[in-house]
Amino acid sequence: MEILEYGFMQRALLASLMVGLVAPAVGVFLVQRRLSLLGDGLGHVALTGVAVGVLTATAPVGTALVAAVLGAVLIELVRARGRTSGDVALAVLFYGGIAGGVVLLSLAPRGQATNLDAYLFGAITTTSTADVTVFLVITLIVLGVVALLGRRLYAVSDDEEYARAVGLPVLALNMVLATLVACTVVLSMRVVGLLLISALMIVPSAVAQLVARSFRTTVYLACAIGVVVSVAGTTASYYAGTPSGGTIVLLAIALFLLVTAALAVRDTSARRRHRRRADVHAAHPHEHGQGCGHVPVPHGDHVDYDHDGHLHAPHRTGAGLHYDEHGAHAVATPPIEEASRP
Amino acid sequence: MTGTQGAGPGRGPAIRLRDASIGYGDVSIVAHVDLTVGHGEAVAVLGSNGSGKTTLARGLLGLAAVLDGEVEVLGAPVGRLPGPRGRVGYVPQRHTVSGAVPATVREVVGVGRLARLGLFRRLGPGDRSVVADAVAAVGLSDRMNDPVASLSGGQQRRVLVARALAAEPELLIMDEPTAGVDAASQEALAAVLADVSATGTTLAVVTHETGPLAGVLRRAVVVDHGRISYDGPLAGAEPGTGGHHHSDDPVEPEGRGYRLDQLRVTPDAARARLGGS
Repeated sequence: MEILEYGFMQRALLASLMVGLVAPAVGVFLVQRRLSLLGDGLGHVALTGVAVGVLTATAPVGTALVAAVLGAVLIELVRARGRTSGDVALAVLFYGGIAGGVVLLSLAPRGQATNLDAYLFGAITTTSTADVTVFLVITLIVLGVVALLGRRLYAVSDDEEYARAVGLPVLALNMVLATLVACTVVLSMRVVGLLLISALMIVPSAVAQLVARSFRTTVYLACAIGVVVSVAGTTASYYAGTPSGGTIVLLAIALFLLVTAALAVRDTSARRRHRRRADVHAAHPHEHGQGCGHVPVPHGDHVDYDHDGHLHAPHRTGAGLHYDEHGAHAVATPPIEEASRP
Repeated sequence: MTGTQGAGPGRGPAIRLRDASIGYGDVSIVAHVDLTVGHGEAVAVLGSNGSGKTTLARGLLGLAAVLDGEVEVLGAPVGRLPGPRGRVGYVPQRHTVSGAVPATVREVVGVGRLARLGLFRRLGPGDRSVVADAVAAVGLSDRMNDPVASLSGGQQRRVLVARALAAEPELLIMDEPTAGVDAASQEALAAVLADVSATGTTLAVVTHETGPLAGVLRRAVVVDHGRISYDGPLAGAEPGTGGHHHSDDPVEPEGRGYRLDQLRVTPDAARARLGGS
């Protein structure tokens, strides 16, 4: 593949693979905690770190990491105070972060690479070998912490008050999660950019929770979706000449809309099928019960009735007795019941 | 269900409040309250809306601040580490369990086990069987792998009870477990609490109606205006023997003549009734 012949594209694809895996693994917890925009805010704060890095001629990835982690800890301390001013304090921190970044970058001496767009929206060609090494370390740390503490992070994100009542270290766990978000923001800044990183944390999770039944499945599915859209988006941006961050996010949102639409179609047709069968059985002259001739089949917590090979689960509705279809029935019908059938 | 029997002699009572004031910020909602609950007791904490009964329970859990006096739970002052970590079960007043992200009954109840495991230990086979037992105790074994969002409101409340049971608590604190729950789930809950109580677990149930749980809860503590206005046998509070009561009346400390149904009288209704008589 031509795309893999270039060193910068190899590094970009590696980075997008790691971003796609890590961002949703952290993002699911943010969605559960209803703090979807935390990544966005820490992205703002990281910009000041980038500016400091540019001004002091150190690697901006390192200074961005320091700024984002400090911001994360500060945010959790403000939230733990639990006053109404917490919301305003967060806004001040977030906008202070981006304003500080813009102003500091403008002070950089001429000739310095101060392309603001590259940090805000991602620029894959800027991913250096050193960046890839840092990203790999961040990826391993974040995934390791999620694997180790995932159940606790879920507990705190799901019901903070309960977690506090039973003695889980709520503040510490919240700080761990915020720090993971900060690390993910920095990991993502080359590929997706600081303004769009939140989308890659949230949208794959939003898709996964449409179809998953458990939290664990949601995490795995979100990570898989993240990797696919991230790598596919980076590849597409190379051929189309579009910015990688925007391409990845648009791809993720397209997937979200597609799955939402598919589920809506499925639900509608299921309802229609249900109604159609209900019409058929409206012509059904009797209620299932003892001696109706249909074989009763225990099914979980209720009794279905075998109706020519498929199961009927009777339930009361406003319009009278109604039967849900509970699938085909594999049990052979005993001949004695067969004989009693009208 | 419960691993540790509560009634260790010399360990003091399960709950002890001495001249305790509990509240939020600088505001005391419960003021200068004395209360002792022994191990294995089953206590109803009663009171009208705004009486402070929930704040009292939250004070025991470290969710409301102890502003004055002493609050000890399972022999340790509330809020001081290590405290009663993992030995207290809590069923919050919450009508649904489902969060933004789907989670199965098994996952939600599994959270209840975490407090027993410290910060890093994973759920082992023993823990998993305790979780399964807790789910079985509330009659939801066949829904173990279903998303909690697919359960009815009453079933979701039973999931919260199972989550508390999974900690194998020595003290179980519940906030309005029967409010808004259908009759079948209320009966199931009463049966579960009877079993839990029989193992020696101390029960403290905040409620405004003891009806469904009257067979389990033996003692009633009535909170009124942030103070305990009655403390005595639940059975002693027979209906139909007292006169009119409204929330400003002192309740007779003997407990005779206290009518449970009067607890449901709102301050407005009480004032209207008083004005009419």
